[in-house]
Amino acid sequence: MTEPVRGTRISVDVNGEIHERDVEARRLLVHFLRDDLDLTGTHVGCDTGNCGACTVIVDGVAVKSCMMLAVQADGASVETVEGLAGNGELHPLQQAFSSFHALQCGYCTPGMLMSAKHLLDNNPEPTEGEIRRAIQGNICRCTGYVNIVEAIAATARGEVSG
Amino acid sequence: MTETAVTPAQPVTVDEQELAPGFIGQNVARKEDRRLVEGQGVFVDDVKRHGMAYVHFVRSPYAHAAIAGIDVSRALELDGVYGTLIGEEVAAETEPFFQIAPPPAGDLKDYALAVGRVRHVGEPVVAVAAATRELARDAAELVEVDYEPLEVVLDPETAADSGRPQLHDEVPNNTIWQGNFDYGDYDAALAEADKVVRIKRLHFHRFSSTPLETSGAVVEYNRGTGQWTIHSNNQFPGFAIIMMAPALKVGMDKLRLVSQDIGGGFGNKICTHVQLVAMCLLARKLNRAVNWTEWRTDQHTANSHGNERVFLDVEVPVKADGTLLGFKSRMIDDCGAYTRYEPLGCIIWAQVTPGCYRWRHVRVDFTQVCTNKSPCGPNRGYSRMQHLWFTERIIDIVAQELELDPVEIRKRNYIRADEMPYETPNGCVYDSGDYARCLDEALKLIDHDSIEARRRDAESRGKLLGVGIGSTLDSGTNNFGQSTLVNPELQFSGNNEVATVKLDIFGEIVVTLGTTPQGQSHETTAAQVVADILQVSPDDVNVRAGHDSYWNSHAGFSGTYASQFAVTGLGAVKGATDMLADQIRKIGAAILGAESTDEVELAGGFVRRKDNHEAALPFMACGAIVNANNAVLPLELRDVTLNCRYVYVPPHQMPDKERKYGNLTLTYATQIHACVVEVDPETGVYEIVDYGAVDDCGIRINPQIVEGQVQGATAQAIGAATHETFLYDEDGNLLTPNFYDYHVPHALDMPALKTAYVESASPFTPLGAKGMGEGGGAGLSAVASALQDALRASGRPIVSDSSNPYNRVWELLRDPEQSRRLVDVEDR
Repeated sequence: MTEPVRGTRISVDVNGEIHERDVEARRLLVHFLRDDLDLTGTHVGCDTGNCGACTVIVDGVAVKSCMMLAVQADGASVETVEGLAGNGELHPLQQAFSSFHALQCGYCTPGMLMSAKHLLDNNPEPTEGEIRRAIQGNICRCTGYVNIVEAIAATARGEVSG
Repeated sequence: MTETAVTPAQPVTVDEQELAPGFIGQNVARKEDRRLVEGQGVFVDDVKRHGMAYVHFVRSPYAHAAIAGIDVSRALELDGVYGTLIGEEVAAETEPFFQIAPPPAGDLKDYALAVGRVRHVGEPVVAVAAATRELARDAAELVEVDYEPLEVVLDPETAADSGRPQLHDEVPNNTIWQGNFDYGDYDAALAEADKVVRIKRLHFHRFSSTPLETSGAVVEYNRGTGQWTIHSNNQFPGFAIIMMAPALKVGMDKLRLVSQDIGGGFGNKICTHVQLVAMCLLARKLNRAVNWTEWRTDQHTANSHGNERVFLDVEVPVKADGTLLGFKSRMIDDCGAYTRYEPLGCIIWAQVTPGCYRWRHVRVDFTQVCTNKSPCGPNRGYSRMQHLWFTERIIDIVAQELELDPVEIRKRNYIRADEMPYETPNGCVYDSGDYARCLDEALKLIDHDSIEARRRDAESRGKLLGVGIGSTLDSGTNNFGQSTLVNPELQFSGNNEVATVKLDIFGEIVVTLGTTPQGQSHETTAAQVVADILQVSPDDVNVRAGHDSYWNSHAGFSGTYASQFAVTGLGAVKGATDMLADQIRKIGAAILGAESTDEVELAGGFVRRKDNHEAALPFMACGAIVNANNAVLPLELRDVTLNCRYVYVPPHQMPDKERKYGNLTLTYATQIHACVVEVDPETGVYEIVDYGAVDDCGIRINPQIVEGQVQGATAQAIGAATHETFLYDEDGNLLTPNFYDYHVPHALDMPALKTAYVESASPFTPLGAKGMGEGGGAGLSAVASALQDALRASGRPIVSDSSNPYNRVWELLRDPEQSRRLVDVEDR
């Protein structure tokens, strides 16, 4: 009987930069980002896929990176919170989160921002209900979501510039 | 560093001139946000060290069992495993943790790992350290522990009965603490009553705030100096070090606690000293940095729950006009398997003994028991929330049974604004507030005038509409002297917090705090206070992020807990900045040739002559002169350091141990919430259709930040009232050990929150501000109140539990009589 493959080399585009690494087959994408690439902006808040703190965008789809193996991201293009701002300018969502006090401890914020970005990328004029649905997979224990919803809505309305 | 600790001899009173418009009171943008929205915050699991080991705990699958043997050999054989730690090693190398309780409970032995016996599911038994997270978990699977299961104790109401198994050999009847509280003349009040309302049992359930970031630490040991550097998210370093240093048998300076960003705490990260000691032992044993990041399931199963409490044999004497004279009750609090911060909860409720009411006659028999469940610890609204929920239940049950209007009965019994400062029956001094006005504002938010029309509209749609009120207090700036009311031998009293403010060589203004913020925006509000005093912009003020023992800006009670930063933390910031401003004026006066400091002023980053604004010295020049060019200074100014440390100490007095009497906190912020629910009478499913929250925390340093805290506290209270509960099966297994089963509010669950505020300045604090943030749990009361109102039309059931998921509401609808048997009204 042949030994099962326990690891492999993967190549992932993260925020426009190609990273090649040997990873264990069981390595979660979130641990690949945090521990192997040192992109610690993506957080872990649970062990059941409920909290959304680890949300990233993989090939245009919002994904909980604790629910995906690193090897499944081989060849994929991943966007994380570290890629949101460009040339020293905050992304409008980042600016809106600050302006509307949509974050307190900031632990859910990276995942929340990525879910919000995915929403606005696909639905530039969401209703409040659509906003709430888009972030229902992201738990925040600090804010009660009031200001998060407002920040996303204001961004969609073009009221905030980065 | 020059240290100047200043203690005010008298209560600091507010001079109106100090409240002149400036950055205080403005929605200054948060200084913390930029790094957090860019993913550049540093939370504990983001800290990495060369060769760092990852630690996984082997935890007990039993609620109560003897440990017959532990075999780690197979784990150690695994390639990449660095080592293990077991209870016997912990018992040999450390002292049991200091206990707050008096004997006999104070003699119980609590160690960093289970020694000989496990007392709750999830209790850490063995720690395994390995090269990766995954490997540590693999190795933990290979550890063999031989358990001999014991009978479990889960029900707090029978835990003290004779014949029940004892959790701790040292603690008879599983009773951690018992005390009687007798204020006013309860017997006379009972004799005077026209009616007596009796409630057999009310129950406040077990839940916690479950911060999104779990607990954790990265610990390094320096063999040369014998010092540990502990990067963690512990939120009360003052308490942690007091607990850890004696356990590790080292001086306090051997423990350097460091944190930057903390992903929520809510009290749940106060008692992590237990795991931190295990990490210290492992770091020393392995001579290697160790990382422990708690799993979510472990956070729920074995970290820190909010206290469960039962209120038995409640008796409420009422006058014919609806005046409540007080109450009597036998209360049983369940602290879980170990005490840790307990039994402080047995006194902390007494900060708000009469709630918001003018009740003068109170008799409480309070017992705390231990059970085979997760240890409890402070949880947002700690111990007062349970009690305030109880007072609000009394009001609504009395109102319903005596057919009094819930608004009118509150207003009749609320402490009045013209009675402030108000001394409660047990000697607490409510500093300020206007509860009736807050209630009016809350009712406006939900358009209370239209309620009857909305009720009819709901009925036409087959729904039951109800409106409820929650009136709570968020007491802050503890007088730790209250600890002596649970154990007269303790040597704790008062409170303190530290800040340093310096003007550095190139003119930077640098602030350090003793606190450990977890989202409370301390960097921002501290900068606002500094900016106003130094007459600069908050952008010019660099407040260092987080906490570090090596900054020497901490004291025995430093940390972020118990709603106090706006008083203690900002009091320290104000004190240190006032000192620095005075020193800058001294330098300015000397260099600018002024006769005295009265002739100069600070403006726009300069110290200048009042009579000639052109004669001005930039702060940068002051910093440079003092730090690097001081031979130019007159000799009498050579003691100016421009580096000022201030310890804020509130004006607390020792409480009376015999009478359990005294002022237990400095400030009492108000929350009055109003909630409207619609219930489906067929299923018990309900929706919060309107919600108004009014908060009065005195002068608001940053209104947007205050409102954020109000919204967050409300969300947690609504979550706890509706779905969040730590349920155990008959064997002591937690049935809600993660976010799958423990349902916290999601964006779709939250109603639109309306907020308003009232500002009743505190006469006792440096800035007129009160501590806030815990929020008193007003939402728990408001939801219970609204449900009872909605169900009135369906057999008048009594809402007797703080946890009201749909199935419980359905039970009340199905059999209202069962709940009605809890209540009895005696006509005199």
